[in-house]
Amino acid sequence: MLLIRCPYCEEERPEIEFRHAGEAHVARPSDIASISDEEFEAFFFIRANTRGTVYERWRHVNGCARFFNAVRDSVSDRFIMTYKAGDPKPKKLPGV
Amino acid sequence: MAESFRLPGRGRLAQARTARFTFDGKSYSGVAGDTLASALLANGIHLVGRSFKYHRPRGILSAGAEEPNALVGIHRDASRKTPNVRATVQELYDGLTAVSQNRWPSLGFDVGAVNDLASPFFSAGFYYKTFMWPKAAWKSLYEPFIRSAAGLGVAPDQPDPDHYAARFAHCEVLVLGGGAAGLAAALAAAESGLRVIICDEQAELGGSLRFESGAAIDGQNGWDWAQAAAARLAAMDNVRVLTRTTAFGYYLQNFVALAERVSDHLSSPGDLPRERLWQVRAKRVVLATGSIERHMVFPDNDRPGVMLASAARTYLNHYGVAVGRNVGVYTANDSAYAGAIDLKRAGVNVAAIVDLRDNPSGPMVDEARALGIEIHGGRGVVRVGGRLRVSSITVKPRTGGDGERTIAVDALLVSAGWTPSVHLFSQSRGKVAFNDEVKRFLPGTYTQDCISVGACNGTDGLAATIDEAYAAGAKAAREAGGKAGKAAKPKVEGSENWSRGMLGAGPGAEAGTTVKAFVDFQNDVTAKDIRQAVREGMQSIEHVKRFTTNGMATDQGKTSNMHGLAIAAEELGKAIPEVGLTTFRAPYTPVTFGTIVGHARGKLFEPTRRTPMHGWAERNGAVFEDVGQWKRAWYFPQRGEDMHAAVNRECVTVRKSAGLFDASTLGKIEVVGPDAAAFMELMYTNPWQKLEAGRCRYGVMLREDGFIYDDGVVGRLAEDRFHVTTTTGGAARVMNHMEDYLQTEFPHLKVWLTSISEQWAVIAVQGPKSRDIIAPLVEGIDLSDEAMPHMSVREGRICGVPTRLFRMSFSGERGFEVNVPADYGEAVWEALWAQGQKHDACAYGTETMHVLRAEKGYIIVGQDTDGTVTPNDAGLDWAVGKKKADFVGIRGLKRPDLVAEGRRQLVGLRTRDPDVVLEEGAQIVADPKQPVPMKMIGHVTSSYWSENCGRSIALALVEGGRKRMGETLYVPMPDRTIEVEVTGMVFFDEKGERLND
Ligand SMILES: [Zn+2]
Repeated sequence: MLLIRCPYCEEERPEIEFRHAGEAHVARPSDIASISDEEFEAFFFIRANTRGTVYERWRHVNGCARFFNAVRDSVSDRFIMTYKAGDPKPKKLPGV
Repeated sequence: MAESFRLPGRGRLAQARTARFTFDGKSYSGVAGDTLASALLANGIHLVGRSFKYHRPRGILSAGAEEPNALVGIHRDASRKTPNVRATVQELYDGLTAVSQNRWPSLGFDVGAVNDLASPFFSAGFYYKTFMWPKAAWKSLYEPFIRSAAGLGVAPDQPDPDHYAARFAHCEVLVLGGGAAGLAAALAAAESGLRVIICDEQAELGGSLRFESGAAIDGQNGWDWAQAAAARLAAMDNVRVLTRTTAFGYYLQNFVALAERVSDHLSSPGDLPRERLWQVRAKRVVLATGSIERHMVFPDNDRPGVMLASAARTYLNHYGVAVGRNVGVYTANDSAYAGAIDLKRAGVNVAAIVDLRDNPSGPMVDEARALGIEIHGGRGVVRVGGRLRVSSITVKPRTGGDGERTIAVDALLVSAGWTPSVHLFSQSRGKVAFNDEVKRFLPGTYTQDCISVGACNGTDGLAATIDEAYAAGAKAAREAGGKAGKAAKPKVEGSENWSRGMLGAGPGAEAGTTVKAFVDFQNDVTAKDIRQAVREGMQSIEHVKRFTTNGMATDQGKTSNMHGLAIAAEELGKAIPEVGLTTFRAPYTPVTFGTIVGHARGKLFEPTRRTPMHGWAERNGAVFEDVGQWKRAWYFPQRGEDMHAAVNRECVTVRKSAGLFDASTLGKIEVVGPDAAAFMELMYTNPWQKLEAGRCRYGVMLREDGFIYDDGVVGRLAEDRFHVTTTTGGAARVMNHMEDYLQTEFPHLKVWLTSISEQWAVIAVQGPKSRDIIAPLVEGIDLSDEAMPHMSVREGRICGVPTRLFRMSFSGERGFEVNVPADYGEAVWEALWAQGQKHDACAYGTETMHVLRAEKGYIIVGQDTDGTVTPNDAGLDWAVGKKKADFVGIRGLKRPDLVAEGRRQLVGLRTRDPDVVLEEGAQIVADPKQPVPMKMIGHVTSSYWSENCGRSIALALVEGGRKRMGETLYVPMPDRTIEVEVTGMVFFDEKGERLND
């Protein structure tokens, strides 16, 4: 079982308190009603599914209930860091 | 029967403390502290089982967890029959009952042994090749045959009556393995005062000191030192010593799973759990998992009486049991000599030591020679006499040529060297590296905070092991934040060297031979099978493994992997590391389902949710159905009624007078804040800004892709407060969906969401008499149609408690949904029930609710929709705000596929024969005469008998359904084809007049 640090609770908590919520930094277009089919496809269907460093959303669902972002290595499953929803994609990763 | 192979005064057991046991119905005597294996051997029994495929007689190979052969059933009582227990691990208790497996009619004479003669039939890859064709024969012929012919023990046929415990634990240093290395590491780490856990699979700590006779530590015999060290550790407050505990899984972030066998060794377990699962999170892990001795690969090396040298030594030095009276030794390294020497000194005749090495030399060899043991250097065992027990060995020069000699023996000790136990290291995702000099895979690259010490790290010799382990234990404690203690490092005198040995097949089992020289005993894989796999094109060890099943038995190839790898490498003409090593996976040894499941079984498997009115429904004869975790009243049969009669009566009663329905399971979310309406606009397709406080609206929620996600009636309690209802099953995910958007996409909105599903009990009162029923109990709310029309909500009191009273209907009748605080749910229900009885009302369940709503064409999300249905498909276009600039799903709805012609649309179906009720899920075709496979143009989503309509009714998703009104379609069933007419979705009171009746 993984330990995940919730950036709101500022604590490492066991994985069973969390739920994965898909790729991070996929913003819903503010003019969504008028985007093209291609733009909608890119927004809704296409995901990077990277081997290696991934940016993803998690929710501390059985804790503070907040959504937040995490950087994780999809090969080793290791969490590199977590940060609050709305914070920019980190430029420098610790230990990478 | 006397224990004729127990040597008085030998071993560490108190031989006066006897324990009785039976094996295959025969009674024997053993000694407290025995394993089943040592007790059997004390009675001269080697033959304990039949092999998996060939039914070959098998004996006891080892004295530990690596045992591939000696698997037996342990029977405590009718429901406690554990199959495939390793006799070498099962501790003896008084009254133990063991039975052999995979034999008929008896262990000595087994009909299945013809498989041995038919072995070409069972050769490598036989699962894949022999039975490929015809396919149908698999089920009827091949599989039943294989299942009865090949196999292990029989699974118990009754539920497991035992209970299993579970613990979470945290520590700074976790030491896996309690041999000399583990003990030294734990002693060093414990000095720091930090929390230390040390576990070992055996009943006592000590590891290989159990048999290693020559070692002395701190002036004590090795075993005595280990017991003293264990006692010292156990006495420390910061240390937990877990014996009979196997570390079986090493997961990320130093999360290690341990299985503790709590009571399997006890004669009367009493109330103790059978096993306990420990889930340990450690800052640092010290791997002290030791090494496992390999057998020699030669013809018929599986005969009972052939066993690992270290095992024979364990039986002698610990259990006081001689494994024979006239034993031979076959080896390629020094460590087996120690066994021969110990046995000789105990008075057992050692007929010969056969050593593959040309000119064995060194102190051990000299000592053996000095004791008068014949040593045959540069020779191998090429034949074995005896079938149910080894009776002789035939020895031949390694390089061939003359000089064959047959020597009588009644047991043969074998040792091809030692394989470091890197299983847990590998599970930690560390990478092993092949050390070509010592021909071993050793821990290479670490990915977690752990360290390997001693034999599992390739460290030879006791002194070096203790040095390394002690330093590692101290370092682990330091790294975990502790300070080193002052205790002195244990001092070692005398130590054996177990390095070197050989990998692969020996003389007599070389390439080209057809003998059965076993590599994997448990899965009956021979050296020949592995060579055949290579010849048939398997290049990587992962393929060889799957083709031959080498290493895939429950022992996971602890003794066989390295031999298999070496033989494959030789056949491929490659170096061992090029062929690769198979991946080690959890569990290290088999773990019972009980241990993994723990308390989560039966009633504790999943929570059961009951509504506040559950007790009333139970007392009034409700039949319940499971809806997710909920128990919902399904129908309320009266005397003599079956389900059909009860539902018909309930349906008619609701429309004639009224009915009470427990709707408490509905999801409920309160959406509050200055931007509540703006948020609702985004979450639902409907417009909300103009909905007046006190009014309700049916809301449709989409996903971003435009498909219906949920629906429900929403009441606006105030400008800034909405009481949202969701489907029963959707409650949690709708809350998650709303929170997701509120937190991440629309965080600027000032809104607070609260799940109130369990705060409010909901009593639906539906039917023409509904107002008359609630009126006498309601205070402060004007219930007249003018003051409180259909689709409105009021706050007031009922029976003196607060209520949110909704005027709404899921039946098509005038109706109310009475929300009261959950604690008052049952009392208010009772009061309403008393009123209802004055009006001949009934209580009704979910089945009637379903029929009534279907009569009105009201959909159920998840039944009439399936995640690919748009509001338009469902006939709900009216609920989509056309002037809205944004809502979740607005763009998805415009996708080409979602606006295309010919989509499946919800319609009603009337069967030509009104008495025929369609099957839900049945497929619909336009032309029943077309050839199979037919083009299916839709399916039935809801179907019931409607007593109110006097006929069957159904809803269905049909391609272009709304353009097919009046068309005849067909529902082909196995026995007939049912003719149906496409109609509108409303079957009862099409104009909706009864809502205000
Ligand atoms: Zn949190």
